[in-house]
Amino acid sequence: MGKIATREAYGNALRKLVEERSDIVVLDADLSKSTKSFEAKKVAPERHFNMGIAEGNMMAVAAGLAASGKTVFASTFAMFATGRAFEQIRNSVAYPNLNVKVCGSHSGITVGEDGATHQALEDIAIMRAIPNMVVLQPCDGKEAEEITRFASTYKGPMYLRFGRSAVEDVHDDSYHFELGKGEMLHQGKDIAFVATGLMVQEALKAAEMLREEGMDPTVVNMPCIKPIDETLIIELARNHRLIYTLEEHNVIGGLGSAVSEVCAKNQPVKMVMIGTQDVFGESGKPQELLDKYGLSAKRIVEKVKETIQ
Amino acid sequence: MYTNVELKKHARNIRRNIIKMVHHAKSGHPGGSLSCADILTWLFFNEMDIDQNNVATINRDRFVLSKGHASPALYAVLSERGFLDESELMTFREINSRLQGHPNMNEVAGVDMSTGSLGQGLSAAVGMALANRLDQNDHRIYCLVGDGEAEEGQIWEAAMAAGHYHLDQLCAIIDFNGLQIDGDVREVMNPLPFDEKFAAFGWNVTTCDGHDFDSIQQALALAKQTKGKPTAIIATTIKGKGVSYMENNAAWHGSAPNDELCQQALEELEGE
Repeated sequence: MGKIATREAYGNALRKLVEERSDIVVLDADLSKSTKSFEAKKVAPERHFNMGIAEGNMMAVAAGLAASGKTVFASTFAMFATGRAFEQIRNSVAYPNLNVKVCGSHSGITVGEDGATHQALEDIAIMRAIPNMVVLQPCDGKEAEEITRFASTYKGPMYLRFGRSAVEDVHDDSYHFELGKGEMLHQGKDIAFVATGLMVQEALKAAEMLREEGMDPTVVNMPCIKPIDETLIIELARNHRLIYTLEEHNVIGGLGSAVSEVCAKNQPVKMVMIGTQDVFGESGKPQELLDKYGLSAKRIVEKVKETIQ
Repeated sequence: MYTNVELKKHARNIRRNIIKMVHHAKSGHPGGSLSCADILTWLFFNEMDIDQNNVATINRDRFVLSKGHASPALYAVLSERGFLDESELMTFREINSRLQGHPNMNEVAGVDMSTGSLGQGLSAAVGMALANRLDQNDHRIYCLVGDGEAEEGQIWEAAMAAGHYHLDQLCAIIDFNGLQIDGDVREVMNPLPFDEKFAAFGWNVTTCDGHDFDSIQQALALAKQTKGKPTAIIATTIKGKGVSYMENNAAWHGSAPNDELCQQALEELEGE
């Protein structure tokens, strides 16, 4: 199994898609080399527009292109896509239900050294709260490729959340993404991990460590945060006494909130939300940050031991 | 082509409908709707390639009302052209109506972009012009921008992008009535000069009297002839034009006349 950043896999998928489909237009805001949207420019330079450092304008330009029948991928860092351009996404893209894929790379604290101003930890919450918006986050390269391809066939607004750091493969080439579906990676018992993005790998590692101590946590990958797989969550809530949600995002408004909304309405269960605890990030190496903010496998294991009684 | 006499009759009826809609809804934005009524009349009757057969498609000239609060003017001109039933105008701002307070593109054919949050429509128009160029579709994109709206930074981001990409299919018209909700645009937050700003971003700039059809026609003809650059038309207008007590009075930016004042406005708009 290899290692690739989800943004890298997105760029590769986008390059293939713009070759196959002439209706796809790609926008970027001076970060195309980082977001990897420049991969599309290599093969279709006439359909890749750099909009400069002006994200609000970019999102509304994307809306105008989509209103003209185009399938638009608008890329920038997750922070600036969902933060700076929130209102343009809300009013010009989502309200008219236009076919724009908002692609946020460099999400979460594993952006690393750039520090808090560049680490989007609220983007899932912000995008999830917008009507018509679909919110997806892949955990590895294969899933990023699948999700990008799926996005190109889906008509409507969508937020795709990608990461900066290379992540280990969870899936092989046979994996197929399905909207609104979670993925059972390991059926265990007693406690369940529901993870999204690179926290899936951390959850798998933590489960492995816990198995050595006689526990057997269920592990679920949740690439589709909205719409979320209610059936699977209700089943998990029925069959486990404790659900842990794991996300590289604030525990307010993200995956933990989405899962708890389903449980509270259908099948109340005790939950522990692992994520950043309503704090900003800081500079550091990705692994150091995961450790410090309680997101690494080791810290997850500690948290489980602390909370399992 | 409609004659100026015919256009004046249509513009008068559009103004009457603006007043009736806002009066009936007891809310809305009459001042900035009346200021752009003549510009919209010329565009929809004599300028744009838009008719019953193509109105529901995008294979025609398109119009983005970036100052979306002037929705009564847009609905009234669509009705005047026969794209919208006149009786429906009185559902403006009502529950379950297609005629939302600010225009929704998915509700009414002829509304080309959902607008209302200021500053965003010109960017959408940039996207439409880029799309037309990609598709080798020669149709033009018109966008009406408020003068107060030009205080939004995004207007200038869009201006930069349109200049950068040489979008000569795009024509922005600035409804320069000089007033915004809180008063004179020069006093609230001076967005002037428009001409030098647009020119600096690589636009062709011209001016017109926004209530004189010949002047509007000349400016739009110049815009159409200009290649390699988008055109900005600074249209001098009068806020509340046609209703004496509303003219040049910022108080009528976003308030509805009572029964008596509505009657007076309609009587004034009978004339000529």
